[in-house]
Amino acid sequence: MAELSKNGEAADATPNVTEVETVDAATEAEAVAAIEAPVGRGEPILQVRNLVKHFPLTQGILFKKQVGAVKAVDGVSFDLYQGETLGIVGESGCGKSTVAKLLMTLERATAGEVFYKGQDITKLSGRALKAVRRNIQMVFQDPYTSLNPRMTVGDIIGEPFDIHPEVAPKGDRRRKVQELLDVVGLNPEYINRYPHQFSGGQRQRIGIARGLALNPEIIICDEPVSALDVSVQAQVINLMEKLQDEFNLSYVFIAHDLSIVRHISDRVGVMYLGKMAEIGTDTQIYDHPTHPYTQALLSAVPVPDPEAREGRERIILTGDVPSPANPPSGCRFRTRCWKAEEKCSTEVPLLAIPERFQGQDTPAAHESACHFAEEKDVIHAA
Amino acid sequence: MPDVTKTAAEAVEDAIAPPSAAEPAPQPKAEKARSLWGDAWVDLRRNPYFLVSSVLIFFLLLIAAFPSLFTSASPTVGDLVNHYLGKPELGKIGSEGWLGYDGQGRSVYARLIHGTRASVIVGICVTLIVTIIGGIMGMIAGYFGGIIDAVLSRVTDIFFGIPFLLGAMVVLQSFTERTIWVVVFALAFLGWTQITRVMRGAVITVKQADYVQAAKALGAGTGRILFRHILPNAMAPVIVVATIALGGYISAEATLSYLGLGLSSPIVSWGVDISTGVTQIRTAQHILLYPSIMLSITVLAFIMLGEAVRNALDPKLR
Amino acid sequence: MSIIDNTGKTATVPAPRDGDDYNGPLLEVRDLHVEFHTRDGVAKAVNGVNYSVNAGETLAVLGESGSGKSVTAQAIMGILDMPPGKIPQGEIFFRGEDMLKMSYEERRKIRGRKIAMIFQDALSSLNPVLTVGYQLGEMYRVHHGLSKKEAKAKAIELMDKVKIPAAAARVNDYPHQFSGGMRQRIMIAMALALEPDLIIADEPTTALDVTVQAQVMDLLAELQREYNMGLILITHDLGVVADVADKIAVMYAGRIVETAPVHELYKRPAHPYTRGLLDSIPRLDQKGQELYAIKGLPPNLLRVPTGCAFNPRCPKAEDICRTEIPALAPVAEQDGTELPGRGSACHFWKETIHG
Repeated sequence: MAELSKNGEAADATPNVTEVETVDAATEAEAVAAIEAPVGRGEPILQVRNLVKHFPLTQGILFKKQVGAVKAVDGVSFDLYQGETLGIVGESGCGKSTVAKLLMTLERATAGEVFYKGQDITKLSGRALKAVRRNIQMVFQDPYTSLNPRMTVGDIIGEPFDIHPEVAPKGDRRRKVQELLDVVGLNPEYINRYPHQFSGGQRQRIGIARGLALNPEIIICDEPVSALDVSVQAQVINLMEKLQDEFNLSYVFIAHDLSIVRHISDRVGVMYLGKMAEIGTDTQIYDHPTHPYTQALLSAVPVPDPEAREGRERIILTGDVPSPANPPSGCRFRTRCWKAEEKCSTEVPLLAIPERFQGQDTPAAHESACHFAEEKDVIHAA
Repeated sequence: MPDVTKTAAEAVEDAIAPPSAAEPAPQPKAEKARSLWGDAWVDLRRNPYFLVSSVLIFFLLLIAAFPSLFTSASPTVGDLVNHYLGKPELGKIGSEGWLGYDGQGRSVYARLIHGTRASVIVGICVTLIVTIIGGIMGMIAGYFGGIIDAVLSRVTDIFFGIPFLLGAMVVLQSFTERTIWVVVFALAFLGWTQITRVMRGAVITVKQADYVQAAKALGAGTGRILFRHILPNAMAPVIVVATIALGGYISAEATLSYLGLGLSSPIVSWGVDISTGVTQIRTAQHILLYPSIMLSITVLAFIMLGEAVRNALDPKLR
Repeated sequence: MSIIDNTGKTATVPAPRDGDDYNGPLLEVRDLHVEFHTRDGVAKAVNGVNYSVNAGETLAVLGESGSGKSVTAQAIMGILDMPPGKIPQGEIFFRGEDMLKMSYEERRKIRGRKIAMIFQDALSSLNPVLTVGYQLGEMYRVHHGLSKKEAKAKAIELMDKVKIPAAAARVNDYPHQFSGGMRQRIMIAMALALEPDLIIADEPTTALDVTVQAQVMDLLAELQREYNMGLILITHDLGVVADVADKIAVMYAGRIVETAPVHELYKRPAHPYTRGLLDSIPRLDQKGQELYAIKGLPPNLLRVPTGCAFNPRCPKAEDICRTEIPALAPVAEQDGTELPGRGSACHFWKETIHG
């Protein structure tokens, strides 16, 4: 395993040149063994380093030529520790869903590494990749499109066992599926029904059961409750928390709802235009934010409490998020930032503990990618 | 956040759709497993168009399979005594001469019955071939994309530019003996690209669905993704287009035969009879009339069936 | 027991009057019922809704999907698809006149000119092949007979009004060239064009990002004050409501289950459903314990439970809840003084609000 750089700067990323595509059987077996080894609680289980995903913009019908790229994810680094929930928040277009796809290897990274137990999963293939997929599962946003409408619930939840037959012997599968239905709070007799016979919340439970089937270690949740009714959201959140304790899961919880992310997360990362703006524990991010974008985001959240609302400072940002195909130079937030100075347009701020807080034992001492990081409480009434 | 893009009426539909789990006790068994195909079937059975067209198609198939059940007269041997006799005798429905005789004294009714087989064989065989070939091509183009898709799409574009009948005429011209199978080949050769286009579009739509992503995330192989997830969900539009096209192939066969480029005597087919009927339209209209009616009814039946299937499979109604 | 409207007063029939001396509520919905005839049966989407809005007032209608909040708005606008929709019962008074009794022509004149609507999805509400300026100017050309040039000038003025930067330069752009937030501003501009008396906004910010959401809501509130319009804000988001509404009507299964002035509702909910909703939302300013979750699922509109529709999910439900539909009754303090503007459709509102 390469020496991991803690640095969040894209320019610093030297692409890994070790050619792992043509692994021989021995190294593949080694990789599988490493993947299947347990990780202690609190140890990093997933290490993301300078992850980059550019979607090429092409022109032409038969012979396509690249005319640019949408920089959906542009140098993102973070760790996920065993047993914790890492929340990732940001507005649409910030690249958080692309991060989910990259972690799932549903998209191939343009550059950067994702180390799962020391194995760079962006370079794996074949048996080793299959072993990774068993251990990293996903819950999707839209429960209406994430279940195949032509399959019964039993087939949907049982499909993981068809793909990984070593997990459950054939005769055992029906019972396993019924157990899973029970675990997620659905009637095991529903096994022969079809998805369209369920409501949104129930479908999301089916999706969670499918994710749990292979007994994974990590579940990537991409907006798992945002398509659900308010009264059903709480049920699903509670279920996910219960399952985390029960099965010792680590979650990457991607969402735009800041209240829900705070509720479920141990640590939170804030993304803006393909980069991580700030990352820290939930207290550090929500009560002691130092990045102006985080502050603006938090202050804009409508709170269901008119009195608390009136005492709060509101930062209303002007303008919209710039296009990720043509992001601003330097700090990407500078075009909407009230603190922006000359330096911000020339120098990319690094994701690091700001100098002024370094060595201090204050909650403000957490990683923040701003030249002028400064603590500001925006969610409590003054 | 509920219904980001749904209208209120759709939200109401949603609220109707799920079984209310808030009342679990009273009716746990009342709601059975209903697949989308099952739902479509329930819908179809209530549709009068489906009932009418399926009865018609059932009889067509029966006639094509067992023509001797309907007439004992020969379609090819006539008695010149009956030359051009032709008044429908309603009292004698089903008898040899009730629809009259043609110029060679052959029973029009017997020719109608025996001609069904040619039309039905052409319709069904062409449809099967284009659905299989076009479906596979469409799936490959839609799923793998890239250069394969680019090439296949341009090929279908080229075929799209060729007028269907004109192309079939050119193909048929190059055969000296034109049997039913030659006609089937000519129509299938020109017809598969239509299905390819439909299938490709459907596959591209389904490919992006989250459940396909979910299957990939589980580590599913290409075969499983294609045949278990994509194909069953992409098939509905293909079935509809193929059903409607079936009627079109039957009428294409008749058209080609009428133009003298499809089937010809001694093969018995409606197109052949229409062709001879036209030359005698002033003296014996019935020779043209009855095969034309049969042809129209058959084409109509398949188009109605296609429409009924489309309505039943339309996901917007669910 | 009397049916009360949102002002807490017992309803009296507003006398229809002409001209400017009318001083009743701007819009009053009375005992409105809407059904949808589907192939599986009759879905009762709205089952007797009463509410009213005055000029300059913001009423928030809060509910989940299938609660009937949007269907009610569509009935008011007269854009309900009929069939399958049907209004078997009810009245909708606009400035004292029942719109349901008007001719098609009369209604058409009100729609757009007097009552305007803003939809959730701005992109699909704008015509993609026409420029934004043309679509905004169309209102003036059709309704006021302005020339093309004058209409365009008006369009730029409107775009300035909704704070679209560089309006004059962007007036000839097409809808897809604008971002989501800007498109929603254009929708607002369109609704404002004819200076209506009432705006109905159906989830106007749901599709937008948080930072843009705040901008758009602020703009809407500001314009409402400036033009002294009535505003009906339809939403599922308790947070958005808290920001701008004067009073709230909470809907569940096609009925209003609680009405209250905005501050009161959050402080002391008088219906178990409202209480459950408030408790089930995690807080931003502190890390909580396990969330309270309302059990069960929203009801199937084809089979709304008998009695109170919320009874299968309610922690307080007793026998009476399963048999008798509770009417929206006035809510009072423990000493019996009525709380103005408050109502609850719960047999046990006293226990809910005081206990």
